[in-house]
Amino acid sequence: MTIQPSHHSSCRDDVSAFRKGARISFIGARSFLLEAPGEFDLPSQRLIWAVTGLVAAWDEVAEVIPGMTNLLAILKETPEDPRLFVERLETAWLEARSVDLKGKIIEIPVVYGGEYAADLAALCEHSGLSDREVVRRHHEASYRVFALGSAPGFGYLHGLDPSIYMPRKTVPSLRMERGCVTIGGMQTGVAMLTGPNGWNSIGHADLQMFDPTSSTPALMAPGDVVRFLPERIEL
Amino acid sequence: MIEIVQSGPLNTVQDLGRPGYRAIGVSASGAMDPLSVRLGNALLGNEQGAAAIEVQTFPFIVRFSVAADFVVTGAEGDRLLNDRALIAWCIHRAAAGDVLEIRQPRQGSRAYIAVGNGVDVPVVMGSRSTTLRGGFGGHCGRPLAAGDTLSVMPASDALPRRSIAVVEPALGLKAVFPAMANDTLLVRAVPAGEHELFGADADRFWTQPWRISSQSDRTGYRLSGEPIKPEAPVEMRSHGVVPGVVQVPPSGEPIIQMSDANTAGGYPKIAGVIEGDLWRLGQARIGTKIQFVRSTHAEARAVEQAVDRYVADVSRTAEMIRRALGVIA
Repeated sequence: MTIQPSHHSSCRDDVSAFRKGARISFIGARSFLLEAPGEFDLPSQRLIWAVTGLVAAWDEVAEVIPGMTNLLAILKETPEDPRLFVERLETAWLEARSVDLKGKIIEIPVVYGGEYAADLAALCEHSGLSDREVVRRHHEASYRVFALGSAPGFGYLHGLDPSIYMPRKTVPSLRMERGCVTIGGMQTGVAMLTGPNGWNSIGHADLQMFDPTSSTPALMAPGDVVRFLPERIEL
Repeated sequence: MIEIVQSGPLNTVQDLGRPGYRAIGVSASGAMDPLSVRLGNALLGNEQGAAAIEVQTFPFIVRFSVAADFVVTGAEGDRLLNDRALIAWCIHRAAAGDVLEIRQPRQGSRAYIAVGNGVDVPVVMGSRSTTLRGGFGGHCGRPLAAGDTLSVMPASDALPRRSIAVVEPALGLKAVFPAMANDTLLVRAVPAGEHELFGADADRFWTQPWRISSQSDRTGYRLSGEPIKPEAPVEMRSHGVVPGVVQVPPSGEPIIQMSDANTAGGYPKIAGVIEGDLWRLGQARIGTKIQFVRSTHAEARAVEQAVDRYVADVSRTAEMIRRALGVIA
């Protein structure tokens, strides 16, 4: 069930005058998904960060999970009528002012190639680039953490050079080691758990990025800037 | 202390879960049948969210090395204390050295052992639940194995616990939950985000029976049945996911996310099981036939409130009886 907002950008302030309505839908009786219209890009994600901040402060909200140009709001109680909350979310979306989170800079040493780079050859074939060139394009870029999810501490990183986009595998690797540096579609990230994984591995990082006993268990947070430092390149 | 004498795979310490950390990729986990945990704790005078042992493979045998009060709730089957049959959903006192055995249930799939004051394992990120995928929480972040010992939380009040029992929720909450019809579990759900994109197949989702396949565990239940497909391929960006959401992967056979649900997903969603019905799925066995029944927010809320009232009532009544018995003693 989807509720499409019917707002027309009539007399709102200039921030939202040209902003299209977000799509709001249910994923459970007390969970609401807001999806930004338009591209998978930093401007959309900045608005999602802004709305996440607003919604997280609302009394009736238990939890907000930012995703990739979307956010999931989980309420403390199931509402009798969901429309009120949907309207509140719509308004928040239209009125939010884009924020650029002042993230920290995280440098991750990586061994490119070598035994963990099981998919580097396939990526060369897919991109038509040499292995050296693939590695160079990966470590020379600067990435933003858009959101965390899927595994404890796993950050979805945006900013991959389009020439090394590589679709997820149709048959996932059954056992990929924790620490593998991977590419999945237009995203890159570092595997947090050893196990089945459909992304393409081109290297390995040893850095510990999640500690459940810490008061801040995840090293990465949305808005952080990530750089990969080539520690060694084994080709 | 409780010593694990014999255990099958995947029996774990669970409480009501670790919500609040999905934004950093941590699943909520928690008991698959939270109602059984809440009721066991309510009888014992514990906090509703005290940690219990979730038993999903049998037989499961423990030895109490100190005297302890306990309740076994959940799946219905034989449970024996020193080979003597025990009444379920009832407080019992084990003496030091007593052995509790829980056998393969006749009905339901998960039994819970709640103990006076709760199982004492370290709180990790606000919960004592085991998260198997993350490998932390519960007992050393892993399933229980023979030889493990679990501490019991020290007593906080001196009220005696007597043989107070409660009727199982299937009876006590009969008016709130639909009975099985034609051997089929009726599961209420609200239509979710991509429901309309399934066209005529969306109707079939509600009307045809589904079966819980053998590829089902605490993470999710894969259903088998006549596949349903969206009218055009749907491309979703990764978004947050909660237990109860019914996703449809390209195969067309839906997956219901359960307690160890991944925190993010991108398959189109056809429905969301109402939270009040999740414990019934948690007790459903592999092979169970289920049918989805279209529900509303108002109904979901009414079910949650009825369940909360029931648990509060059990808690209040048990407390009253304990006090009365305390006076007599």
